[in-house]
Amino acid sequence: MNDFILAAPLVAMSFLSVICIVVDALSPKPGKIPFMFAGFSLLGALLLTIPTFWYHGTAFQNMITVGGYSAFFDVLFLIGGLLTLFAGRPYIAREHFDHDEFYSLIMFSVAGMMVIGHSNNLLISFIGIEIMSVSFYVLSGYLRKSIRSIESALKYFLLGSFATGFLVFGIALLYGATGTLEFPAMHAAVVADKLNFPNLLTVGIALVLIGLSFKAAAFPFHQWAPDVYEGAPTVVTAFMSTAGKAASLSALIPVIAAVVPQTNWKVGMVLAVISAATMLVGNISAVVQSNIKRMLAYSSVAHAGYLMMGFVANNPNGMTGVLFYSAAYLFMQIGAFVIVSLIEKENDGNLQLADYAGLSKRNPVLAALMALFMFSLAGIPPMAGFFGKYYLFIAAVEAGYTWLTIVAVISSMISVYFYIGLVVTMYFKDSTDTTEQDSKPGLAGVTLAISCAFVIILGLFPQLIEKLAHSFFM
Amino acid sequence: MIETYIPVIIMILVGLGFGVANILLAEYIGPRRPTKEKISTYESGMEPVKSARERFSVKFYMVAMLFILFDIEVVFMYPWAVQFKALGTVGYVAMFLFMILLFAGYIYIIKKGALKWD
Repeated sequence: MNDFILAAPLVAMSFLSVICIVVDALSPKPGKIPFMFAGFSLLGALLLTIPTFWYHGTAFQNMITVGGYSAFFDVLFLIGGLLTLFAGRPYIAREHFDHDEFYSLIMFSVAGMMVIGHSNNLLISFIGIEIMSVSFYVLSGYLRKSIRSIESALKYFLLGSFATGFLVFGIALLYGATGTLEFPAMHAAVVADKLNFPNLLTVGIALVLIGLSFKAAAFPFHQWAPDVYEGAPTVVTAFMSTAGKAASLSALIPVIAAVVPQTNWKVGMVLAVISAATMLVGNISAVVQSNIKRMLAYSSVAHAGYLMMGFVANNPNGMTGVLFYSAAYLFMQIGAFVIVSLIEKENDGNLQLADYAGLSKRNPVLAALMALFMFSLAGIPPMAGFFGKYYLFIAAVEAGYTWLTIVAVISSMISVYFYIGLVVTMYFKDSTDTTEQDSKPGLAGVTLAISCAFVIILGLFPQLIEKLAHSFFM
Repeated sequence: MIETYIPVIIMILVGLGFGVANILLAEYIGPRRPTKEKISTYESGMEPVKSARERFSVKFYMVAMLFILFDIEVVFMYPWAVQFKALGTVGYVAMFLFMILLFAGYIYIIKKGALKWD
C-alpha cells in the first residue's frame, strides 16, 4: 500500500486516463464533460506531485524511482498536458472534428511520459516509451479527414515501430552483458567490470542510443520529424515536440548514469558528435524552410541537440541543464506552436512564413507573444531560453568539450537568422491581404498566458529551478 | 558461458535440417499425380470466384480486432486460474485490475457503437 502512496501521481494518472475513456463513452454530449474531467485529473495529479518532491527512493520492488528528477519531470509533463488540453479544445472545434478521444489520448501519453520519468528498470522505460509513442501515433493522425494528418501518422507509426525494434534489441543486449535490467545493479556490474560479454555492452548502448535518438528526433534519425510535425494537428505537434522530446531524453538520464561511467570517453564522444550534428543540421535546414511548422520542426531537432549536450557533459551541472532547458523549451515551443494554431486556417492555410507579414498591425498581442517566444528560442536574455543554453554550455565546457560549445554557439547564431527573420516579417513587412481575421484564442489564451509567464519567470529567476534541479544530482 | 548454448545451437540445426530435408525429399522422391481438384485453391473448401482484390467493409476488421483483444484476455486467465491458490491475494487483485481495464475498454466500444453493424 505504501508503494501506491509513494507513486501517487503516477498511479492516479494511469487510473484516471482509463476512467477518462469511460467518461467519454458515457457522457451524452461531446465536448464539455470529458474535457473538464481530463483537466481536473491533470490538475489533481499535479497537486499530488508536490509531496513527492521530498521523497527519495524506490517503490514497487525497485521498479520505479520516486522523488528527485522524476517528480520534476512529472510536473513538467502534467503542465505540458494541461497546456495542450487548453489549446486543443478550441483547435479541434475549429477543425470541426469534435471527438473526445483527444482528451483521453493526451492523458494516456502524459501517463506514459510519467512512467518514463519514474523508471528504475529498462523494461519500465520501454513500457513508458511505448505508451507515449502509441498515443502519439494516434494523435498525429487525429484529423482523419485530412490527408496530411494520416500521412504523418502512418510515417510516424512505421518508422517509430522500426526504431522501437532497435531499442528492444539494445535492451536485450544490455541485459545479456550485465545480467540485470535494474539501473543501480547495472551500474554496479559496469563499474565492477563483471560483464558477461564486454562487447555486448557497447553494442547494447549503441542500439539503445539509436532508439532513443529516434524518439527525440536527433541526427541522423531526425528525418521523420519535419514531415510528422508538419502533418500532425498543430496542438499535437506542440505537445509531441516538447513534452515528448523531454520524455524521450529523460529516459536517457538513468541509462547514461548506469552504463556510462564518467571515464568512458568513447560514448561521450559519440554523444558529442550526435549532439553537434543534430544542432547544425536542425538549424541549417530550418533556415531554408518557408512553412512555419517545418521551420519550427527543424528548430526542435536543433533543440534536441542542445539538450544532448547535458548528457555529453555527464556531470551534475549537465543534468541540471537538461532539466532546466526541458522546462524552458516546453513553454517557449508550446507557446510558439499554439500561436501557429491560432493563425492557421482550415485545409493547411496560412502556414507560410509570408502569411505572418503585417501580423503586428492585424493582431498586436499575438505578434508580441510570438516575438517573445522567438527571442527565447533564439536564446536572447532575459528569456528562459538564454539561461537554459547557458547552463548546458557551461556544463559542456567544464567536462572538457569546448569544441562542442563552440559548435553550439555557432549553430545558435545560425538559428537567430530564422527566429528573428520571423519577427522582422511580423513587424516590418506589410500584409497584402487586410481582410483576414484570426481565430479568437478562447481557452488557448490560458495556454499562451501561462507559457509567456513561465518564459519570463524562468528567465528572470533561473536560480529557482536551477537550485532545485541541481539538488537531484548531488 | 558459451558452452551452455550448445544444446540450443544443436536444436536449431536439427530443426533446420529436418525442415529442409523434408521439403527436398518431397520435391525429389515424392510421386506427382495432379488432378483438377488437387490443384484448385481449396481442395475441400469453397469454389473461388472473382478476384481477391475487392473492398471489404472496415467493420470486419473492427470485429476481428476486438475479437482478438478479448480472446487473448481469456488466454491470460487460464494460467492464472491454474495457479490461483499459489498466486494468492496479490494475483487475485492483479487479475481483477486487468479485467477492470478490459471492461473499461468494453464499455467504450459498446457506447461508441463499434459493434453496431448498420
